[in-house]
Amino acid sequence: MYTQEILDSIKNVEATRKSRMGVLPARLSADDKTNLLAKFHPDYRQDMFTDLKIGPNKGEKVPLELAELLQGRSRVLDMDIDPDTATYDVDVLVIGGGGSGTSAAVEANEAGANVLLVTKLRLGDANTMMAEGGIQAADKPNDSPAIHYIDALGGGHFANVPELLRKLVSDGPGAVKWLNELGVMFDKDADGTMITTHGGGTSRKRMHAAKDYSGAEIMRTLRDEVYNRGIQVVDFTSAIELLLDDQGRACGAVLMNMETGDILIARAKVVVLATGGAGRMHYQGFPTSNHYGATADGLILAYRAGARLLYQDTLQYHPTGVAYPNQIFGALVTEKVRSLGAQLVNKDGIAFIHPLETRDVTSAGIIRECNERMNGVKTPEGYGVWLDTPQIEEIHGAGTIEKRIPAMMRMYGKYDMDIRTKPILVYPTLHYQNGGIRVHPDGQSDIENLYIAGEAVGGIHGRNRLMGNSLLDIIVFGRNAGQQAGAKYKSVTPGKANLDHVKKFETERTGAGINTTTPSPMLLPTYTHGRGDEDVAV
Amino acid sequence: MEDMVHVYIFGKRYKVPGILTIMGAMEYAGYKLVRGCGCRNGFCGACATIYRIAGDRELKVALACQTTVQDGMYIATLPFFPLLKEVYDIEKIKPTQQIMMQLYPEIYSCIGCNACTKACTQDLKVMQYIAFAQRAEYEKCAEESFDCVMCGVCSSRCPAGISHPQVAELARRLTGKYLAPKSQHLADRVKEIDDGQFDDLLTQLMQKPVEELKELYNTREIEA
Repeated sequence: MYTQEILDSIKNVEATRKSRMGVLPARLSADDKTNLLAKFHPDYRQDMFTDLKIGPNKGEKVPLELAELLQGRSRVLDMDIDPDTATYDVDVLVIGGGGSGTSAAVEANEAGANVLLVTKLRLGDANTMMAEGGIQAADKPNDSPAIHYIDALGGGHFANVPELLRKLVSDGPGAVKWLNELGVMFDKDADGTMITTHGGGTSRKRMHAAKDYSGAEIMRTLRDEVYNRGIQVVDFTSAIELLLDDQGRACGAVLMNMETGDILIARAKVVVLATGGAGRMHYQGFPTSNHYGATADGLILAYRAGARLLYQDTLQYHPTGVAYPNQIFGALVTEKVRSLGAQLVNKDGIAFIHPLETRDVTSAGIIRECNERMNGVKTPEGYGVWLDTPQIEEIHGAGTIEKRIPAMMRMYGKYDMDIRTKPILVYPTLHYQNGGIRVHPDGQSDIENLYIAGEAVGGIHGRNRLMGNSLLDIIVFGRNAGQQAGAKYKSVTPGKANLDHVKKFETERTGAGINTTTPSPMLLPTYTHGRGDEDVAV
Repeated sequence: MEDMVHVYIFGKRYKVPGILTIMGAMEYAGYKLVRGCGCRNGFCGACATIYRIAGDRELKVALACQTTVQDGMYIATLPFFPLLKEVYDIEKIKPTQQIMMQLYPEIYSCIGCNACTKACTQDLKVMQYIAFAQRAEYEKCAEESFDCVMCGVCSSRCPAGISHPQVAELARRLTGKYLAPKSQHLADRVKEIDDGQFDDLLTQLMQKPVEELKELYNTREIEA
């Protein structure tokens, strides 16, 4: 359990709690934020990035780990594949079984398409399932899509693609209504008013939640709807390459059964890529809050097929990952904990940053507090700062934690830690891929008939996403991709399917002197938990 | 290495660090997981696990990603369980008692053994929420089952063959769609948007130079 040093530090936090109630550190000025980010945010560490040598984004910087895969060796080069012997031949192929993939599948099905959804693990094994805090939508009388637009734009450092951001905020209330009508149980008052809170960087309380199982409640409802509609789902099957036709249009994918290694071909008139994020790439050695399959597969496949990426060099480090205990190191502590009033406090019991700055600023603030000011608390894995959870019960009354953030209480409870009475140690964790595949306002990538949805899209959030805009984006752009695909397929007659782009990419690799052999995409990470070559079956 | 323990993965003995979770221990032992591993954070229910500690009579259940190993732990994962999922049209069904009788009649065969509740990896009162479902008290069933991760261990222990997580899913969707109070402000806002009330404002914003947008952002009023 805790060291004496940690126990002493808890006393400091408790000693200052009363004087901190209702007193928040001032919000930072625009200049202070810029300087803080430049010095302490991981995205600004030049030695952790490299310039791409080949492909549509040649000359642009990406994280080292992503460069390795983007410029990696295709898994199909050593295989004898005939794209004409299709196992599946459908109208719309959806790759990915998270929130955006299922939304797309439901909408394409609604439009009358014969849909096939393939997913690497089970349907619903996705970051959506783990989103705790909530979903933004400007549906209160004091709010508007325009205010939401400004909040997200400022949070994104004014780099958001305007057309995409406009769609996000304009379709937000409609997305929440759609989910509600599917049966998602949002937190509401007795008169039906949605209970909404702030998130970091919001100027209105527009965070809708379903306790702190917001994403899980949305995901299980969408999954149930996919089954109700009889949509064909092939699980434990990854896409390892896209198929293009003789006009360079997407027309299917090469699939691999994750359990048997069998190769299958799926052909389609339109493809929706909804493969999610990249936390399991562990950029810069950070732990991650992401699910097991978050390995940027879609970016790799689309890039090889000729699609441009956008903001592929910006990642989101969630300020409050678990710093202790070791068993859940890097797991997410929802931002809702801060929305409800818990402050970020250093080892001496001093609140050192406003708890609801945007995520990038808050993370940089925590890293500065630990690495420069040396005011962090030493843990077995490094350093952490306190998130003063007992404040929540002080502010809102006893029982609030159990009612509003039960998942957090349970997660710590399994390690005999009661977050109602003791603060918890946190440190930034790799949480979200801000960038991704560039899309046009209709959701289509540079490749015709290839639509992108969800975390795989780049540009909606600029260079930093606000809390609650991801659950929103997967629904808005997932539905959009499904609707677009559901309209488009009717007029598409694919030409002969081929993998010529893969051979061409391999030639480019050779030409650029890249001879790495690591299979790409990664599909799943490998963990050994510090095991060396010792014998374990003893 | 100190603090090592012995565990029995599917009956085979391995020596692993005692600080690891069951999932971590399997990976340390050399398993490359495909099944039985999803979110790794206790939300998805992929890693349901049944275990017994050597010398102990009691079978226990857990999520492998959320549970620390113990010395003498016999581990069997349950990566899939054949739950019964009945299909329905959410637009057509109604929150009546009849719908549960029609789709999941086996809930009325519950013998009250409480094995489901004892088996729940989330410590939910499973038998209680099934009782609510029997009585068509869907809001109570939804509330009681809300933290369910649908791992299926409850159903694996049920002599009546009930698919508890699917019963609860139906109850939650009925509650969210039909029983919870309607949100008038949401319907109003969607109509305003559909009527194009914000179009001009958004178009203007999209055309503003960045400096002006920065000024708007930095001076915006923040709701207390």
